[in-house]
Amino acid sequence: MISFNRILTIVRRYILIHFKSPARLLDLFFWPVMELFVWGFFTVYLKNSNLDSTGRLVVTLINALVFWDILYRSQQALSLAFMEELWTRNVLNLLISPLRTREWVLGAYLYGMIKTGIIVLILLVLASVLYAFHISSLGFSFIPLAFNLLLFGYAMGLFTTGLLLRWGHAAEALIWGVPFLIQPFSAIFYPVSVYPAWLKPIVLALPSTHVMEAMRHVIDTGQFPWPSFWIALGLNVLFTLFFSWFCLRMLERGRSNGQLVRMSG
Amino acid sequence: MPLTDDVIVVEGLTKRYKTVTALDGFSMRVRKGEIYGLLGPNGAGKTTALHVLMGVLTPTAGRVTVFGHSPFDDRETLAPRVNFSSAYVQMPFNLSARQNLDIFARLYGLPDRTNKIESLLAAFKLTAMAKSKTGSLSSGEQTRLNLCKALLNDPDLLFLDEPTASLDPDIADLVRRTLHDFQKRKGLTIVYTSHNMAEVETLCDRVLFLHRGKAITEGTPKEVADRFKKDSLEKVFIHLARTGDVMDAETSR
Repeated sequence: MISFNRILTIVRRYILIHFKSPARLLDLFFWPVMELFVWGFFTVYLKNSNLDSTGRLVVTLINALVFWDILYRSQQALSLAFMEELWTRNVLNLLISPLRTREWVLGAYLYGMIKTGIIVLILLVLASVLYAFHISSLGFSFIPLAFNLLLFGYAMGLFTTGLLLRWGHAAEALIWGVPFLIQPFSAIFYPVSVYPAWLKPIVLALPSTHVMEAMRHVIDTGQFPWPSFWIALGLNVLFTLFFSWFCLRMLERGRSNGQLVRMSG
Repeated sequence: MPLTDDVIVVEGLTKRYKTVTALDGFSMRVRKGEIYGLLGPNGAGKTTALHVLMGVLTPTAGRVTVFGHSPFDDRETLAPRVNFSSAYVQMPFNLSARQNLDIFARLYGLPDRTNKIESLLAAFKLTAMAKSKTGSLSSGEQTRLNLCKALLNDPDLLFLDEPTASLDPDIADLVRRTLHDFQKRKGLTIVYTSHNMAEVETLCDRVLFLHRGKAITEGTPKEVADRFKKDSLEKVFIHLARTGDVMDAETSR
């Protein structure tokens, strides 16, 4: 049986760790806000130069930025939570406690959802104040699209956590690097049509691509493209299953070759 | 459940890495309510053995049961009854000592967290530091905080990996007395590693010397010292550390 008390304890713990650390708080606000400034002012330039007379490009870019942050932050939720345990040499304490692996993962997911939610809220408020951007450009569609990105971010988080279990501190940089490996191929700031034909199978294999295409479709037509949603969801299920298997395999490997206890003390 | 009062039963335990044999077919039994010392020089396999007993490292061969259960397959049954402390394991630095204990008390599902935490902080003389960030505590204070964590769930079995390393003699004595008191009052079983042989003589009911992953000799501290015609465990330790290879070839338990 899964214990909700233990899951909530993990959420509580990461929130406490986060809000008691100025560096981690800065991480919450600094990068997303700086990114918003860059892209926000770029959209102002496009508007003023009459390069985007309909205003569509502005809306697309800011939505893309918010969506990218959802993907990026949710990916980091799990791997940074695990890193936190490595940095503080606390893994053994958790391993021998009644906490189960799935409870820890669910706790980290919930914490990631809260963290991502706060960041998205800040970005939307700032975009609204500074660039007259309104979330109503996507309306209800925002929720299922964001949900799919959250799932893909979590799946990637499982993958990077697996890499951490395999290579320990040596894989630390991958926490921040892996999302940027998929960013150019996720059609975030441009449509799928710009990719060469040979690259399209890879691009279309990523759930994030279908979400971004769906986002542009909603902005263009006002209609929610359910097929894109279902394809993204299906791909997310596959990625989650595969990366869960990978992560558990690395955990078992770490138990067997001593990597887990070497990382712990 | 086991028919005897053995809490831990280990038979033919072997742990091999690619080129190293960390544990080489050793066996041991730990009885209920005793303090059992795992001793040996650096690299003897003490910590590896402890990790296997805790279920966080899988053995290459051999059988291990804790309270009659496998520590690898029955973690859910064992986790509430077992705890662990090491001088080399820490807790999140930017949480206070009390917050860290509260988190673990919640993970163990304790009903009366506050009283339990306060009584342990008092027992290990940490009440004044309860609000201090864990990262600001001295290494000795962090070691004591780890011991508080280890006793939170009133475990039936406690694994201690060099629990008094980095403690000054006064505090090390406090820790020994507190552990002894817990052990007597609650019938706690303790598996203990330490390089402090005087401490081991004071605390442990029985000891097992390991050398290169093999069990060399086992018994009460006095029995072991007598067996080697030495007047202290310290002298036995030095003798075994220097002649252990010869003992490997000649000795079986």
